[in-house]
Amino acid sequence: MTTNKEYLLIEREKEWRVELRKKIANKERTTKTRTQMPELDPFVRIRYQDREVNTGLTEKQAVAEASRCLDCPNPTCIDGCPVSINIPKFIKYIEQGSFLEAAKTLKETSALPAVCGRVCPQEKQCEATCFYTLKLKKDPVAIGHLERFAADYERESGSMSVPEVASPNGIKVAAIGSGPASLSFAGDMIKLGYDVTVFEALHEIGGVLKYGIPEFRLPNKIVDVELANLEQMGVKFVRNFIVGKTASFDDLKEEGFQAFFVASGAGLPRFMNIPGENYNGIMSSNEYLTRVNLMNAASDEFDTPIIKGQNVAVIGGGNTAMDSVRTAKRLGAERAMIIYRRSRDEMPARVEEVHHAEEEGIEFLNLANPVEYFADSKGKVNRMRVQRMELGEPDASGRRRPVVIEGSEYDIPVDLVVVAVGVSPNPLIPSEVKDLKVTKWGTIVVNEETMQSSIPELFAGGDIVRGGATVILAMGDGRKAALAMHQYL
Amino acid sequence: MTQIVEKVLFSEKVAKFIVDAPRIARSRKPGHFVILRVDEKGERIPLTIADADREKGTITLVVQKMGVSSAKLFELNVGDEILDLVGPLGKATHIHKVGTVLACGGGVGVAPMLPIVQAFKQAGNRVISILAARNKDLIILEDEIRKWSDEVIVMTDDGSYGTKGLVTAGAEMVIQRETVNECIAIGPAVMMKFTSLLTKKYQIPTQSSLNAIMVDGTGMCGACRVTVGGRTMFTCIDGPEFDAHQIDFDELIMRLGGYSDEEKLASERYF
Ligand SMILES: Cc1cc2nc3c(=O)[nH]c(=O)nc-3n(C[C@H](O)[C@H](O)[C@H](O)COP(=O)(O)OP(=O)(O)OC[C@H]3O[C@@H](n4cnc5c(N)ncnc54)[C@H](O)[C@@H]3O)c2cc1C
Ligand SMILES: Cc1cc2nc3c(=O)[nH]c(=O)nc-3n(C[C@H](O)[C@H](O)[C@H](O)COP(=O)(O)OP(=O)(O)OC[C@H]3O[C@@H](n4cnc5c(N)ncnc54)[C@H](O)[C@@H]3O)c2cc1C
Ligand code: SF4
Ligand code: SF4
Ligand code: FES
Repeated sequence: MTTNKEYLLIEREKEWRVELRKKIANKERTTKTRTQMPELDPFVRIRYQDREVNTGLTEKQAVAEASRCLDCPNPTCIDGCPVSINIPKFIKYIEQGSFLEAAKTLKETSALPAVCGRVCPQEKQCEATCFYTLKLKKDPVAIGHLERFAADYERESGSMSVPEVASPNGIKVAAIGSGPASLSFAGDMIKLGYDVTVFEALHEIGGVLKYGIPEFRLPNKIVDVELANLEQMGVKFVRNFIVGKTASFDDLKEEGFQAFFVASGAGLPRFMNIPGENYNGIMSSNEYLTRVNLMNAASDEFDTPIIKGQNVAVIGGGNTAMDSVRTAKRLGAERAMIIYRRSRDEMPARVEEVHHAEEEGIEFLNLANPVEYFADSKGKVNRMRVQRMELGEPDASGRRRPVVIEGSEYDIPVDLVVVAVGVSPNPLIPSEVKDLKVTKWGTIVVNEETMQSSIPELFAGGDIVRGGATVILAMGDGRKAALAMHQYL
Repeated sequence: MTQIVEKVLFSEKVAKFIVDAPRIARSRKPGHFVILRVDEKGERIPLTIADADREKGTITLVVQKMGVSSAKLFELNVGDEILDLVGPLGKATHIHKVGTVLACGGGVGVAPMLPIVQAFKQAGNRVISILAARNKDLIILEDEIRKWSDEVIVMTDDGSYGTKGLVTAGAEMVIQRETVNECIAIGPAVMMKFTSLLTKKYQIPTQSSLNAIMVDGTGMCGACRVTVGGRTMFTCIDGPEFDAHQIDFDELIMRLGGYSDEEKLASERYF
């Protein structure tokens, strides 16, 4: 991997990089303003569930943005990236116009750059530790947008580099779940020559990338290209197969699988357990998004139904809440509201998504919390009661704790409520494997370096280990597990 | 892809399918169900595994035509394929030797009841089964149930077969006649509700298998939530069987109507 400082320095001293640095003075670089990502007009985009909001930088814009990067001797941006992408190297390739080389650089460390460029919370990661942010107090280099540019360029060029695969070693390994953790694990293991099978419970491969994150943020076709790539490299995908149910670990061992990577995600939705929460028209964000994204429920041609609300309330302030509320808007809601118990500053969602949601006319009822739901005679929700909150002292997480304002309740008419207040680890595997060590939250306990669980041949990563986390962290886990499993076998 | 190897029509609306699913045939236990999707556009619908043949690698499903999705499946024939089929799902029934078991099955609920009846019989219990339906045509799996029961009572709403009356009438007759140690009630939610009220009166432990609306069947969405003993449970992973005396049947009945407007539209488009 590229964490190695020496390696970074050697790369940096290559002639082409030195030349490029000389071409434009740093002073000049720092006076340039950050290139804005072109996006679809909000009035247009809210009519389409499947049109991507960000349309991508043009070549010219990408080169211009890349020229802002100072190619720092101590590239602090890399410290912010969970998989330590060699950020200045790929950006300088873009500045030079060698877009395919930039994409190749990304792939040295990231299995799904087109995905991460779109969904990473960059403002909290690489861009938060960019020299511009830290020292110059200016807008950081748009690392995420550039990452997306390079990956898209490569995909659209039709000359995607399929990584070299070692000759098969005949050792069978399995990945459980097909989210980003498994995909990056599978990519690394197949390169090392293993016989890799990915088992997925649902009828589609991709995990949250498919059933959760909507098309307007991450088009399915982008994920599909990556899947096709993996398939081409020899990874086998088995759909409709629940490990622990369809077959046990022992069955799979008998069939020759020698080690397992469990990446079954944090699929269990949480509810708030308040009165009326089981009325019709109140559902988890997982249900709402799965119906729309996985089952195509919004289209009349598909059989799965969806409730298209006029007054939609989404409870929560994370990415899942933003995705749900923006989906509701696209399905025709007149009022699509976020109801969040803290203030905007504490929202865990990506800043860009909150910004896009505002542009699209989403209402934000911050410092408000639902306390009860009411329904019509048929049990369909028609009203909710919310309580106002104010911010008190910071809690353990460092965020200021919301405190109830007594007597502040008021009612809001609603006909669809989506609860997006978090997820718990998928309990299936932990409950099917005796002796597997889990925490009191139900996440699988692993050695942080090797991702190995209390059962030696069983490794784990992604949300089943971390609780609801991020795509890039899940991918990082997949890579670590692959390396460690290779050493173990 | 899952191939249909046999189809038997029980009535105009109820059919038995034997499908090729060797893995599931091997790992399934009584009480388990599958989720299937007939085609690309299809909905994921849950169906109980009524029976399985490990040697042949097949499982048996019994389906009643309700709306679009069950109708699509119903129309398939031998040799046709089901696009997606996943299982076995849910918790297996807790089978034990208790003495006398009263199994009450309403309508297509007899399908999920069959493997449970069989297992209780094999565990050495005396099993009395009640098959109930609106009319004679809707009584299904009678021979199969007879094979694993010490006694079978048939009840129809219109008296076209067996005794005229509701399932609860038959059940009460048995309960008053002899000691019943455990009861199983599976069928339409209303039928389960009243059977459960009856056995509660006589303090007979009762299990019901719920037919909540589902999407994934793996605990991911919460569509299948029910209130049991005041707590929210997910039918697909915590059930589908629960202590009937603890189930909030009124909520279940309400939730089963959750998409009725949308389903009506879909039916109009389809039929
Ligand atoms: C709506 C939404 C929006 C999000 N937005 C962002 C974002 O913008 N940026 C970001 O970084 N992160 C985002 N996240 C979080 C991110 O998607 C997750 O952290 C990441 O997908 C976790 O990856 P994973 O590989 O651990 O598991 P998942 O992607 O959860 O995949 C797990 C898979 O395992 C399958 N499975 C479970 N049990 C079994 C079994 N026993 N056998 C076979 N298969 C099984 C499941 O069906 C599922 O497909 C979002 C999440 C959601 C829900
Ligand atoms: C664990 C489990 C096991 C099941 N086993 C069987 C089985 O072995 N055989 C079988 O025929 N059916 C079984 N069901 C019910 C079956 O899944 C539904 O009948 C089917 O999903 C209806 O889909 P549809 O599109 O045809 O009808 P829809 O158009 O969805 O519904 C038509 C009508 O049926 C009602 N309805 C919808 N869903 C259900 C439901 N889950 N149960 C009862 N009524 C419903 C609706 O209110 C509506 O009025 C089971 C359900 C569960 C949860
Ligand atoms: S993977 Fe994410 S954190 Fe790393 S460089 Fe790319 S956008 Fe930044
Ligand atoms: S810290 Fe910022 S300016 Fe420096 S190399 Fe990284 S991206 Fe470029
Ligand atoms: S069907 Fe989705 S959680 Fe049970």
